Amino acid sequence: MAGHNHKLEIFRGRLKFKSNVQKIWGVLVFLSIITIVEVALGIIKPEILLNYFLGIKLINWIFIILTIVKAYYITWDFMHVRDEKPFLKNTIVLPLLILIPFLLFILLYEGSYIFNIMFDGLKAWNFDIY
Amino acid sequence: MQASTLTKTKHNSWGGGGAKPLDAAYGKLMMWFFIVSDALTFSGFLVSYGFSRFKNIDSWPIADEVFTHFPFLHGIDAPMYYVALMTFVLIFSSVTMVLAVDAGHNNDKNRVAFYMLLTIIGGAIFVGSQAWEWKNFIKGEYGAVEIQNGEILQFYNLEESKRIPIDEFAYSSQQDRVTHDDNVGIWYESEYKLPEITLDEVMTGFNNDLALTVRLEALDDRGQKIILSREEAEIKMSSATRVVKGANLIRNEYGNPLFADFFFFITGFHGFHVFSGVVINIIIFINVLLGTYEKRGHYDMVEKVGLYWHFVDLVWVFVFTFFYLV
Repeated sequence: MAGHNHKLEIFRGRLKFKSNVQKIWGVLVFLSIITIVEVALGIIKPEILLNYFLGIKLINWIFIILTIVKAYYITWDFMHVRDEKPFLKNTIVLPLLILIPFLLFILLYEGSYIFNIMFDGLKAWNFDIY
Repeated sequence: MQASTLTKTKHNSWGGGGAKPLDAAYGKLMMWFFIVSDALTFSGFLVSYGFSRFKNIDSWPIADEVFTHFPFLHGIDAPMYYVALMTFVLIFSSVTMVLAVDAGHNNDKNRVAFYMLLTIIGGAIFVGSQAWEWKNFIKGEYGAVEIQNGEILQFYNLEESKRIPIDEFAYSSQQDRVTHDDNVGIWYESEYKLPEITLDEVMTGFNNDLALTVRLEALDDRGQKIILSREEAEIKMSSATRVVKGANLIRNEYGNPLFADFFFFITGFHGFHVFSGVVINIIIFINVLLGTYEKRGHYDMVEKVGLYWHFVDLVWVFVFTFFYLV
């Protein structure tokens, strides 16, 4: 618990709260704003964001980045990782940071490879009536 | 030879010395290890969902069209509002949990109990909402037809340019075909529950109304489902094999069977986590009321279940993104 000393700054020290309780409500407001933005984007779906960037639609990039931001504040402030020693922080975060992108890259690459094989391979995979 | 027998040491667990590299309670550390491994399990599930989606990138169901229900708003198209509400409920219960942990640091028993209770209520609302979501998903709305190659065809009215449920145009005929159960007949086999509307009725209705056509699973360049012309639709419909209403693990009216499989599995696994979280929270809540932690002098247990509860919230944030938004 590190003696219940909470670090009360978020946004790299730009926003400093007076107490831990106040920080919790502040983070809630921030997370709510992000969720509202996500839902609004998901419902409106602006035309310009439907273009592709690196194989994924821009709007989906925004969703993924906002999700990671949300995950950061949940772990750092709700799960108190901000108050932990650097050693413990790294023990928790590094395995995930290394393994998940690795798995993600391999399986998504493989998935689109299989899609291409089935899409323009010589064999017919779909025995349609045509 | 002798020296080894002489230097017997007492079995003590490692204290870490004075450096305290992690400076965290044993139980909390173990909770973190569990969370890391569970996070990898969930990322395995979500990544395999991504794999299947990339494999069927040109025909995956559109989540906005599947999850359109909101309580007390019947027949109104409300994509995502309900899941957004569920997300808020879970984030809010996460906040009450962290407030309980904070009250625990101040050894304030009544506040811990109060916030734990709020957390439990939030968790229960979330699990209930998920059950409702499942009910709608399983029941289905429009219904569809499966053809010989396993493709799902949904119906579309060209005049009104909107989707049309099968029970609106199907020609109703009186018939007394009953579901075959395993207690009748020679061998102990049963069949799937019969749909309320038979394929013949759908076919007759489809042939009678020339404004009807079908939507394919396949997506066009803009990510919309392809709508066939009436002539093409008639050719497709000639190989129809069965009526599909709702969803199960084998087929669903929304499109690819894998979509429903992953939906059931991932949200089910997450829902089970929420459920067990609620149960654990209730146990800790009772202990708080009994004064167990007050006697112990610290509320570390509340902090540990708090970590688990936040983790459940964290997973939902990702499930929400990859199942409903992306």
